[in-house]
Amino acid sequence: MTQNGWLQIAVFFLIVLALTKPMGSFMARLFEGGRTFLHPVLRRLETLTYKVVGVNESTEQRWTQYAASLLAFSIFSFLFVYALQRLQGVLPLNPQGLNSGNVSPDLAFNTAISFVTNTNWQSYSGESTLSYLTQMAALTVQNFMSGAAGIAVAIAVSRGFARQKVNGLGNFWVDLTRATIYILLPLSILAALFLSAQGVIQNFHPYTVVKTVEGAKQVIAQGPVASQEAIKMLGTNGGGFFGANSAHPFENPTPLANLLQMVLIFIIPAGLTYTFGLMVGDRRQGWTLFGACAVMFLAGVLVCYWAEQKGNPTLDRLGIASRASATQAGGNMEGKETRFGIAASALFATVTTDASCGAVNGAHDSLTPLGGLVPLFNIQTGEVIFGGVGAGLYGILLYAVVAVFIAGLMVGRTPEYVGKKIEQKEVKMAMLALVATAFSILLLAGLSSVAHFDGPTKDAKGQPVAHSYWNPPGAATANLNNAGPHGFSEILYAYTSATGNNGSAFGGINTNTPWYNLTLGVAMLAGRFLFLIPLLAAAGSLAMKKKVPSTSGTLPTHGPLFATLLIGTVILVGALTFFPALALGPIVEHYLMAGGKLFAFAPLPLGS
Amino acid sequence: MLPQLAPALRMTVFMTVLTGLVYPGLVTGACQLLFRRQANGSLIARNGEVIGSALIGQNFTKPDYFHPRPSAAGNDGYDATASQGSNLGPTNQKLYDRMKAAAEQFRKENPSFQGPIPADALTASGSGLDPEISVANADAQAARVAQARHTSLEDVERLIAGATRGRDLGFLGEPRVNVLELNLALDRELNARK
Repeated sequence: MTQNGWLQIAVFFLIVLALTKPMGSFMARLFEGGRTFLHPVLRRLETLTYKVVGVNESTEQRWTQYAASLLAFSIFSFLFVYALQRLQGVLPLNPQGLNSGNVSPDLAFNTAISFVTNTNWQSYSGESTLSYLTQMAALTVQNFMSGAAGIAVAIAVSRGFARQKVNGLGNFWVDLTRATIYILLPLSILAALFLSAQGVIQNFHPYTVVKTVEGAKQVIAQGPVASQEAIKMLGTNGGGFFGANSAHPFENPTPLANLLQMVLIFIIPAGLTYTFGLMVGDRRQGWTLFGACAVMFLAGVLVCYWAEQKGNPTLDRLGIASRASATQAGGNMEGKETRFGIAASALFATVTTDASCGAVNGAHDSLTPLGGLVPLFNIQTGEVIFGGVGAGLYGILLYAVVAVFIAGLMVGRTPEYVGKKIEQKEVKMAMLALVATAFSILLLAGLSSVAHFDGPTKDAKGQPVAHSYWNPPGAATANLNNAGPHGFSEILYAYTSATGNNGSAFGGINTNTPWYNLTLGVAMLAGRFLFLIPLLAAAGSLAMKKKVPSTSGTLPTHGPLFATLLIGTVILVGALTFFPALALGPIVEHYLMAGGKLFAFAPLPLGS
Repeated sequence: MLPQLAPALRMTVFMTVLTGLVYPGLVTGACQLLFRRQANGSLIARNGEVIGSALIGQNFTKPDYFHPRPSAAGNDGYDATASQGSNLGPTNQKLYDRMKAAAEQFRKENPSFQGPIPADALTASGSGLDPEISVANADAQAARVAQARHTSLEDVERLIAGATRGRDLGFLGEPRVNVLELNLALDRELNARK
């Protein structure tokens, strides 16, 4: 680990820290109906939206109406994205002539759910699958909308804590519109221009055919990338325009662009912790959440960076320069880009899974076992380390509820959080969200580890004749790219990422089959809605309660003590739930790697 | 949920137009106006013909050119319509075998090079399109290129130094050498003596 590597991590963190207060106060003012410095320019667009959509700005919604609006919106978004993909062959802006043959119904289903739920899991490679129109009017739109919806829900949940003796949590349509018009759009335009200056492409040209210096033919994919790239990071979506995502030089051409992309991931989630503090009238509450996130973030980077720089002892035997020097990065460079090296790659892998972004600037599948454990565990604990836009805040608030509940049990008092009594209903809803996501990850990963389908068979002439529709390669484990514990990690990561609405992958696994597309689709729905709706329900119940004044018996929920309790809760819940699964994947692989063990696929696929 | 269906549909249509058509259209216009070269792919032309992009790696195999990193994009590597890494995990036999073969080839191609091989010379990048190699990797190949071009090592090293890009702002990322730009400089500067 180099001084320079630490400097990059420190500078990144300081930028996020510096932006937290201005972003947070801006959002608090915006969502409490105040005027911001952008109102003179954008207010007309906002009122135009209400007029077209038919929304009365001052109408308050109960939690059920708020949730119903979100669901209705998600259904139409799903239908739009599905239809645009299947119809892309007859629609314009398609210079490569990609059509519905490139997007099977199960793939379109998976992708539509994926982008509507802010997951951006990709069973496909963009440059060979989707037209420019599909990328823009289907995927870019959902990058905005799923992010804005996440912010809206986080604000509604914060209102549940901030308000008292009311039914209303705000208005979903108004929150969605404000998040889009005042936050996501302006920042995306600025970020897209900056990225383009760094080298990100933005055009509608057909792919460029070149004759290389040595005379080979190379086809270079083009497209409107910068506009999608900006919101992909800012909305913590993470779905790449290209298959290689932010490792692709057209998406992320320089280390400076890379730094901006990581900052874009964290600024809204970090700012929202401050927004929460302002809304509940005690900024210390927000900073405590920020502090707990910061400690967990730094711990994750430390482990990931250390593991990646240490590299792979088995490969060191080949005479590779594994230590960093002034002229090369050393460490585990498989799957990493030269321009980023080890530090900026490990930092990106940690940031993208702390948040529910899921963009990658290197191949996670090729991370060392412990380097890969960090992203996996980050997602499994619910992506609450700053977390996704909105999703991170309501996720960490869920853990705060659980933490005060546990503390309350220990001292025998009714738990309170920011002046609200936490009672049966809230704790039940928090547990429902935790159990539903754990169930989705573990059950589906378990199923795919053992599910059998008819494999391809051959007739007398050796032609394949019969295979399973559900999974043409045969058993669900036949889709893996790696044997041994790393193969299990590929499956575990897939369902973890889908349920956590992250979208990054151990990308070797081929998930573009009906079995994986459908089960991963179900996991994404469970992870989004079975998490978010219970939280809205809890917020609805909290909003109706009176605030109780704090007494000498109240557990203060600000300061280092509570931050420690909060971190302990996150790690404990995550470890208790997922340790057995992690032991079978990255943990055992770590020890096997240290012993020099290598795995190859046996003639029969794993598990058959 | 029924009363919310109509606003939901109208909102979907409105936002599709705003964020799916107006926004990318606006950004395209601005980028084409302000950053035309970058927005169109940082393409490089020689003698009036486009021969590649400064940002997209292409394969070089001849001894008188610097070689890029191994690539997992497409079947033959450096397929710029199929970007991807190898996705081989650290305990994969295939990864070990591939790197062993690459290490042997590297030593065979660069017989005068001693010491540990720079990691980037044997590993596939995440995109499969990495346009750059580490400075150590370029240095390790310099003697071979100089010999193949019948020129002095100093000439080649001077060109490497010219094509080296330091860390962004002095601390971001890693120093690196753009392979296509370096090879074009070789052809331009050292052709006479070839």
